[in-house]
Amino acid sequence: MTAVEAAPNAGARGITVEHLSKTFGSLAVLDDVSLQVRRGEFVSILGPSGCGKSTLFSLLTGVHDPDSGRCFIDGEPLAPSRRPFAWMPQRDALLPWRTVSGNVALGAEVAQGMRRRHARAATAHLLQDFGISEFADSLPHEISGGMRQRVALARTIAQNRNIALLDEPFGALDALTRTDLQLWLESMWRTERWSVLLITHDVREAVLLSDRIYVLSDRPARVVGEFSVDLPRPRTIDLLAAPKVAALEVELLHALGGTRSD
Amino acid sequence: MNSAADPEGRRTAPAQPWSRFFLPVIAVLAFLLLWECYARLVNPGPTVLPPLSQVVAAGWGDRINLASSLWPTVVEVGVGFAVSVTLAFLLSLVIQLIPSVRRAVLPLLIGSQTVPLVVLAPLFVVWFGFGLLPKVLLIALVTFFPIVVALLDGYASADRESVTVLQTMGANRWQEYRLLRLPGALPALFTGIRISITYAVVAAVFAEYAGAERGLGVYLQGASKSFRTDLVLAGVLVSAVITVVLFVVVTAVERACLPWHAGVKAVTP
Repeated sequence: MTAVEAAPNAGARGITVEHLSKTFGSLAVLDDVSLQVRRGEFVSILGPSGCGKSTLFSLLTGVHDPDSGRCFIDGEPLAPSRRPFAWMPQRDALLPWRTVSGNVALGAEVAQGMRRRHARAATAHLLQDFGISEFADSLPHEISGGMRQRVALARTIAQNRNIALLDEPFGALDALTRTDLQLWLESMWRTERWSVLLITHDVREAVLLSDRIYVLSDRPARVVGEFSVDLPRPRTIDLLAAPKVAALEVELLHALGGTRSD
Repeated sequence: MNSAADPEGRRTAPAQPWSRFFLPVIAVLAFLLLWECYARLVNPGPTVLPPLSQVVAAGWGDRINLASSLWPTVVEVGVGFAVSVTLAFLLSLVIQLIPSVRRAVLPLLIGSQTVPLVVLAPLFVVWFGFGLLPKVLLIALVTFFPIVVALLDGYASADRESVTVLQTMGANRWQEYRLLRLPGALPALFTGIRISITYAVVAAVFAEYAGAERGLGVYLQGASKSFRTDLVLAGVLVSAVITVVLFVVVTAVERACLPWHAGVKAVTP
């Protein structure tokens, strides 16, 4: 996983982020973060709250510029104008005046420059896949929080980018809905095989969903560990009782605990 | 977040409170009753404060004059307000898309609101004559500012995360405006319109007072000069009713145009 300076992961299919650092004023937020997401891989970034995980996403999506570091897609340096990342915030940020289908189409409309009607046609199948076609003509305030997250995820996928960046997508939901949506997301991912980078501070969520997990330290965030989640798919609730899972969770908690500065 | 949703994930609509309609009606009736009782019991005299019933009777007796005076005023308000909303929208658009314009124009805008109407209305007659133009300009000047401010506030209040979502999608400034800031500012726009429409009739009457051939202002002036307080008050009642009607119409248009907004207000506490 460590990069060779001359040929940084050349030929690797997927996204490679190398030596990303960011300081806001005198506050160091990210310190030399390198990571990789292979095509069709589900990778989680696990870190304490407020450690700078979201800053990492803002660097990837181009909201902020990194102080240093580079990004490669399939081994090629990334042109800043062509961002391969589709971002989904913790709060769904749906447009309240657009129907469910309109919100999903927004992803295609803006990210792919489609006309509105064309975008709707192109994203109609997503409504079906995500189990939200029943609410296609509903406004966001008319549906539940769990449904809204599904719509937000559909909007993210509709952008048709290389990697979906999910920023604690289920953080604002109650525990039951959260578990439901985690399992639902896992099953969606299994059939579609998107490349996903998920930010979370929830150890169980990371284990339940990921192929690999990067553990970040408290601010400034550094990668302090990388774990493979060697569990069969589909992932189920019953899996959580397996000793292997418990062992991994303990390992992750230790890795997280070792990052505490206080 | 899920509390108001049924198991299928659909939310249920909240009930409309009865007080929305009845409380204002009761308050208006109470005010009118107080007027009637005071004028009859204290009896300050017909040139000071005639009772409501006499005012209504006098106004009804003079209904042909009153109606023919009302119409020009309604036209002025309609044209003036349309001009005002159009100008306000265009200016807000320019200010929003070209930030340096905001700094340049805002002092002028605020300054325009400090000019006293009493001074300006006769000047407009001197500059623009007795026709429709000075009335339209005065109405636009008075009603324009709250609408621009409401729009700019509405643009600025766009949800930050939604802005970021659009930016990460690669939206340019115009897309960000068209897809997010403008539709998000419409509730604020309607609030601004509702505030300024209450000034519109007053501004029209004022402009007519300063110089006009016909209109509610001319009617009021005539009645006032001949000490017909009952007719003055009848004219005032009519202008009040017109303003309330305009206000209600704007609210109805808002509900029809922005079905999502009433729903969002009902759901988010």
